[in-house]
Amino acid sequence: MSLLEIRQLSKNFFHLSALSLVSLSVEPGELLGLIGPNGSGKTTLFNCVTGVLRPSRGHVLFKGEDITKLTADGVYHRGISRTFQLIQLFPEMTVLENLLMAAQERKGTLFSRLLRRDETEEMDRALNLVEYLGLSGVKDNLAANLSYGQQKLLDFGMALMPDPQVILLDEPMAGVNPTMIKALVTHIQDLNAQGYTFVVIEHNMEVVMSLCRRIVVLSQGEKIAEGTPAEIHDNPAVMDAYFGT
Amino acid sequence: MTDVFQLLVAGLSIGSIYAMAAIGFVLLWQTSNTINFAQGEFVVLPAFVMVLFLTVFRFPFAAAFVATVIVSTLLLGLLVKKVLVERLLKMGVLPLVIATIGLSMLIRYSLQQFWTPLALPFPAIFSRQPIRVGGVIFSSEEVMNVLSAAIVIGTLQLLIRRTKLGWAMQAVAQNRDLASVLGINVSRLVGVTFMLNAALTAVAAVLIAPVYLVKYDIGIGIGLKAFYAAIIGGFNQIRGALLGGLLVGLVETYSAAYISNQFRDAFALVILIGVLLLKPEGLLGIKEEWA
Amino acid sequence: MRGWRTLGILVGAVVLLLFPLVLEQYKLYLASLTLVYLILAIGLNLTLGYAGQISLAHAGFMSFGAYAVAILVPLGVPFEGGLVVGVVIAFLWGLVLGFPALKVKHHYLAMVTLGFNIIVFLVLRNWESLTGGSFGISGIARPRWGPVRFQSDRAYYYYILGWTVLVVASAHWILHSRWGRAFRSIRENEMRAEVVGVSLRNYKLMAFAIGSAYAGVGGALFAPLLTYIDPGAFTLDRSIQFLMMVVMGGLGRFEGPFLGAVVVTLLPELLRASEGFYLIIFSLAVILMMLFMPKGLVEIWDWMVRKMTRRRHGPAHPPAPPEPAAVLEAK
Repeated sequence: MSLLEIRQLSKNFFHLSALSLVSLSVEPGELLGLIGPNGSGKTTLFNCVTGVLRPSRGHVLFKGEDITKLTADGVYHRGISRTFQLIQLFPEMTVLENLLMAAQERKGTLFSRLLRRDETEEMDRALNLVEYLGLSGVKDNLAANLSYGQQKLLDFGMALMPDPQVILLDEPMAGVNPTMIKALVTHIQDLNAQGYTFVVIEHNMEVVMSLCRRIVVLSQGEKIAEGTPAEIHDNPAVMDAYFGT
Repeated sequence: MTDVFQLLVAGLSIGSIYAMAAIGFVLLWQTSNTINFAQGEFVVLPAFVMVLFLTVFRFPFAAAFVATVIVSTLLLGLLVKKVLVERLLKMGVLPLVIATIGLSMLIRYSLQQFWTPLALPFPAIFSRQPIRVGGVIFSSEEVMNVLSAAIVIGTLQLLIRRTKLGWAMQAVAQNRDLASVLGINVSRLVGVTFMLNAALTAVAAVLIAPVYLVKYDIGIGIGLKAFYAAIIGGFNQIRGALLGGLLVGLVETYSAAYISNQFRDAFALVILIGVLLLKPEGLLGIKEEWA
Repeated sequence: MRGWRTLGILVGAVVLLLFPLVLEQYKLYLASLTLVYLILAIGLNLTLGYAGQISLAHAGFMSFGAYAVAILVPLGVPFEGGLVVGVVIAFLWGLVLGFPALKVKHHYLAMVTLGFNIIVFLVLRNWESLTGGSFGISGIARPRWGPVRFQSDRAYYYYILGWTVLVVASAHWILHSRWGRAFRSIRENEMRAEVVGVSLRNYKLMAFAIGSAYAGVGGALFAPLLTYIDPGAFTLDRSIQFLMMVVMGGLGRFEGPFLGAVVVTLLPELLRASEGFYLIIFSLAVILMMLFMPKGLVEIWDWMVRKMTRRRHGPAHPPAPPEPAAVLEAK
């Protein structure tokens, strides 16, 4: 059974069809790439999977369970995490607080969260992550005061905090300098080796081709190709989608 | 039966004044996300200024009116925008709201303290000759109120629909960032809107003064009614504010005549709540898509 | 930093406990009123300041506490019982009002809460058999515990102080717990909050319900302070007064309501010396405060704190030397 299965997913905004009958599956431990020209529906797909948007038709199954109608917090609790193309952080909270925030809803009930104040476990994890991502120097800085690259790392860290099974990365390399790109690629490969499943939206072809073992291509809301990097590279439909009329 | 018609005109008359205050209110909200709690005082102050020009400076009526509009536009439009709005807008909606609350208090109590706590006698603008139409008597004031308001609002609609300025205002109202990217000087436009609002409230002041007694504290009631009118009619449409203002005026007039005092304002409030519950974007408002 | 804070609390405690012994009636009344308003401001700060949910209904919730006490105590119910009933009613209606908050935001929410305030006012005014209508209820008795009566102004002040301490302590607990952080996350980035597992429904409902419950406490203490209440005390003006306190004090900051309640209640009194002008000066002060301290009086507070501490101390944490590879435990 696939870990994450998307069946015939469609999303319409009034008369605009952003996604049309997209189906794909993600296997445990995979590193799947999701590419396509701008406006092809990649982020919309993420939004539908993570409960930020309600799909118009189709289903999303996670570990066999239908999660299509769940709100975002429900999806989070099932074990799916994500980052955002336009960075979404909590600007007036510090780096550490952002990370803690990403983990605090994981366990317990609403009321246990009121009563239980001990956060050593989450704090340890946050501090480890801060070291791992190289953010130690700014751990007490407000998220709004970080540089773009640091914010991207924080976004990434927040996706990792709740120890998810699937991590959806939306253009993690956008606007990032080459050194950082290399670091991020290493991090992703590291974590994938440890068992985390990734789906990565990216425009940086070098990164996608080297990082991902399987790639899905979207264009104008439809899936137009799927395969290994080599197969995608040679696929005329893909070239057409990017450079065609 | 003639009563009904007389009340209709009376209601429309006061309603058109509320409508002007409400329209200005909505314009400010649309272009700059300002909730102007001082809108009522923006009507009261020009009324006092008008009296000043008429009695102390002894201007003829037309001159006094023009002078009042100019003073109002500069003081309540340009000055307020430069001093308050420019600084506070970027901090979010609430600091500006509190500042306008402070401003309303400032104007109100300054008028009370430095001018007079008593009601101001206001010269009638239009002749007090009643007009008879088939057995129904209207005061010419009421008729002129409705006409003047119609002219002003009609001109405003033309401005918004047909001129570059109007289009710029619509653009900013819909998407400030995009408008700015397209080359519209948003800050200047906000200034123009504030001045437009001040001009509207000045006109409203001149029309309302003979009907209401001009006193330092009538701003509270007027501002509240403008607010209710904007909510009922729809915060994102001028037509909505117009409809809202007329409705409030009509409800107020009819319930004063037919319903006991106790329930008079209750009636208007019930309509307000009905709108909020059933169609919160206002009767003519457009549901704003949650971005 | 700890040293300064403890000192501050001690000084505050001394002032609050001992000062009233020397104050005469009107000033004592002001002190009591400030404490009551503080409770109300804390409630609104939770809903609006921390969770970002705009509410113009605060006076409405206040009235539940006030009228509960005013109606039940003459029937033989002990004051605390009336208070609890008022608080429960306020809490439940707060939950009800929380539901629209799930659907609409910002100015629409403001209007819905305004509508609620108006409905409450109309009900209070027209349900004469229960509330006395426009005439209100007078002769509201102060609490008594058997032979111990809190009748005198001084005694009642200490009673109010007791409840204030409870409210402050509970608010401190809530806002410094994970709930506090969850509220802030909703205010700062609602979408992201939901994506990291924050149940918007649960937390927004709680923000409204708890804020309203505090308003109920404040209202219940308010009634015997004035010994007379009428619907006119719970109109939009009143809700706006609390809005002013919370914004001028500092939204979403724990110290905010303290500063706001003190300034909005006491500043006009301090200015009374200028007779007719005091409202003019006060309104000027409001405008100037917003212009120069739009984040509230906490800006001054923070400045003072910065001056007094040599450098910012980060949160204490255990040293953690990780290896980059096996940083996160595999499943």
